[in-house]
Amino acid sequence: MSTAAPLQITGSNPLVEGLERLPVHPTALVIFGASGDLAHRKLLPALYNLAHEGQLPERFEMIGVGRRDQEHEDFRDAVIDSIQRYSRRRPDPNVLGGLLCDCRYVQGNFDDDAVYADLHRTLQEFDEQAGRQLDRVFYLSTAPEYFPVIASKLGAAGLDRAADARTRIVIEKPFGYDLASARLLNAKLLAVFQESQIFRIDHYLGKETVQNLMALRFANVLFEPVWNRNYVDHVQITAAEDIGIGSRAGYYERSGALRDLVQNHMLQLLALLTMEPPTAFTADRLRDEKLKVLEAIVPCAPEEVPEMSVRAQYGPGVVGGEPVPGYREEPGVSPDSRTETYAALRLHVSNWRWAGVPFYLRTGKRLARKLTEIAVILKPVPHLALQSSGSVGIQANQIVFTLQPDEGVSVSIAAKIPGSRMRIVPVNMEFRYGTSFLSESPEAYERLILDAMRGDATLFTRNDEIEALWGIIDPILEAWALDTTSSIPAYPAGSAGPEAARELTGDSRMWRRL
Amino acid sequence: MRELLRIRHAANERLAPARVLNLVVIIDREWRGEIANRLERAGRYHASRTVLCSVQEGRRTLDAMASVASDEDASGGGVIHEGVEIDLGPGHLPDLQTIVDPVLIGEIPTIVWSPHGHEEAVRALLPLTDVILLDSDEPLEPAEALARADALREEVYVIDLAWLRTTPWRERLAASYDLPSRLRALRCVEAVEVGHQERSCASGLLLCGWLASRLHWDRVHLSGGLGMYSAAMSRADGEVEVSLRSFEQEAPGLVGVTVTGGDGSSLALRRGLGGLDATEQLADGAERRWKILGASRGESGILGEGVRQALLRDPTYLPALKAAREMCPI
Repeated sequence: MSTAAPLQITGSNPLVEGLERLPVHPTALVIFGASGDLAHRKLLPALYNLAHEGQLPERFEMIGVGRRDQEHEDFRDAVIDSIQRYSRRRPDPNVLGGLLCDCRYVQGNFDDDAVYADLHRTLQEFDEQAGRQLDRVFYLSTAPEYFPVIASKLGAAGLDRAADARTRIVIEKPFGYDLASARLLNAKLLAVFQESQIFRIDHYLGKETVQNLMALRFANVLFEPVWNRNYVDHVQITAAEDIGIGSRAGYYERSGALRDLVQNHMLQLLALLTMEPPTAFTADRLRDEKLKVLEAIVPCAPEEVPEMSVRAQYGPGVVGGEPVPGYREEPGVSPDSRTETYAALRLHVSNWRWAGVPFYLRTGKRLARKLTEIAVILKPVPHLALQSSGSVGIQANQIVFTLQPDEGVSVSIAAKIPGSRMRIVPVNMEFRYGTSFLSESPEAYERLILDAMRGDATLFTRNDEIEALWGIIDPILEAWALDTTSSIPAYPAGSAGPEAARELTGDSRMWRRL
Repeated sequence: MRELLRIRHAANERLAPARVLNLVVIIDREWRGEIANRLERAGRYHASRTVLCSVQEGRRTLDAMASVASDEDASGGGVIHEGVEIDLGPGHLPDLQTIVDPVLIGEIPTIVWSPHGHEEAVRALLPLTDVILLDSDEPLEPAEALARADALREEVYVIDLAWLRTTPWRERLAASYDLPSRLRALRCVEAVEVGHQERSCASGLLLCGWLASRLHWDRVHLSGGLGMYSAAMSRADGEVEVSLRSFEQEAPGLVGVTVTGGDGSSLALRRGLGGLDATEQLADGAERRWKILGASRGESGILGEGVRQALLRDPTYLPALKAAREMCPI
């Protein structure tokens, strides 16, 4: 017989150690905007995949809230249809049936008190069935103007907290339209919920490659010594799309490229790339470091905006051999629209590590191809005795993180071409996810929904971060809004972007080829 | 192999060879088809290079064949997996290392799986092996199988399919007892009953061993017979009655787990369609039932998971294995 030390169960669960999947407490998930596009394309398939893999909590209930007049069964049928169309795996009928057997639909306008009374009753019913209060997650997959309305109504109905369970609210971007509206939105949310209850989703942060940025930076001694102004010449962050605005003219006309991608996703990438190592990989330690570096980005003065930024619109062109219309000819777009479909910026991080290093950001619709990458371009070697004529020559080392389409990292190095002469050519050392890992990357939404249910805010954006992000963008938006006379440059659809973007990098540097 | 890779890469330069791990499989020649099917059905968890050693009684010569296969995505990119099949005889097994070593990819981990025994071959390959994949549920008796795993664990990292069959159960028990009210009940567990398929006694023992090691119970050998074993084990401030019972079930692995607390409350998990059926019996006699969702991975999924686990390290298997051995019926 063996003798064991007496067990001391304090606050922690001794059964959790060694498990890959951490426990999630019983939860009721309420999706506002449940009949919307995001819910059907992303959220509901993500929930199914979590259920399939056994990752949902032991008791999981779902309530859809929407304006569409339909019965529970109609909603259930629509959810089944979405999961069958958009899930990354073929649904198992038993799991699907189990997931949806008791899901409910609450119909009404988001400002209608009756909706919240109905929601209250349904949540209580679920609590009674479970014999305990379920944690509550309110997922706002709605137009942003409803965020404060829903938050306030939840508070008024007493749904913002529960006696024996946790309550959380998840909101989708955009978090405001500018700095003032972001502050107002934060104030309205914080009037009802505590910051620790609010989960602002930027789905880019749920992508494996984005998280891997931190692993590569902070788990390898190789990169840290060169990760500063002494060795980095400049950085380029690109989020290029080959598609146009499709049917999103209503949204895009109000948003534009700067708000749509730069203010959130791209600046988040910049923050993760440039922040100091956090002391721990916990929500607030990580977000503290991101905030510090975002606050070190000095916003442009109004007179600097023209030389620090470029905006443009796609004109008619050819994509994939097919002619496509220009932005102003797209359905729903004003013929004299001044909304930018392309934005490029030069930013500086004014701190000890990054002083003097330019960061170039560009994003656009209808560009030559779909590509999201971060390229860190190092300085050239100070002296080169090797190069001889007849070679491509040496180029500065580049460390490139590709987010899409092929997730991975490559490092360009100089190598000798086989032969009798010392001729140098750049070659790539590549790491691609598929070649080095067996696991399939989960969809970003799967990871983020699970984190929200678990209460882990590490990959979500904090209120002060949001305001810091808008603080960088706001002066550019204001300057662009004030300039109503100068023409917006056009670039042909299917091209690499406007000529004007070349001026942003100056003569000594060039944008990487898309 | 190099030439095959060169040809494939020349045809599509967006294909890259996988460089995750080598898998060496030693099998009886007559079961080659079945094992090949199991490997094929392991989903996306294919080794970068699979070396299949088919042992044929009476064979004295070596024969080998190399192949490459790729799975291309919509954009034309993808990963190449390589295969080497070697036909050999029992006489080759003592020196199998010298045959296999030259065909392995260097600098990546190597897993060895020998589902039909061939201990001699496993021993011969140990110097090359980073991870042994085995199944304590078969073909040996549980005591012998667990002892073998324990012995191998001294030399290499062991991934036990019998342990992986318990993963959903361990995850669900951990999640269920993560609730503060139930976490308190872990202090005063009075009985644990684990049901297993007839041939999966080792899985049942490993689950009991996991609970005993995580909850610091003193271990004694279970006793009984005819598929029913039990024993009382000491825990802080009391005793736990641990029972292991065999049931008829088509799928290998566990059938159910019931944990009973000192106040008469219990939580029972049973295998069901689309997940585990949970029944909670409260101290006041009230009962609640619900379904914990999750699709069955099937035996091929468990094999794939075994391959994937080669990149991970589970610190709880060894204590559970040691405890399982201490609880193994004499």
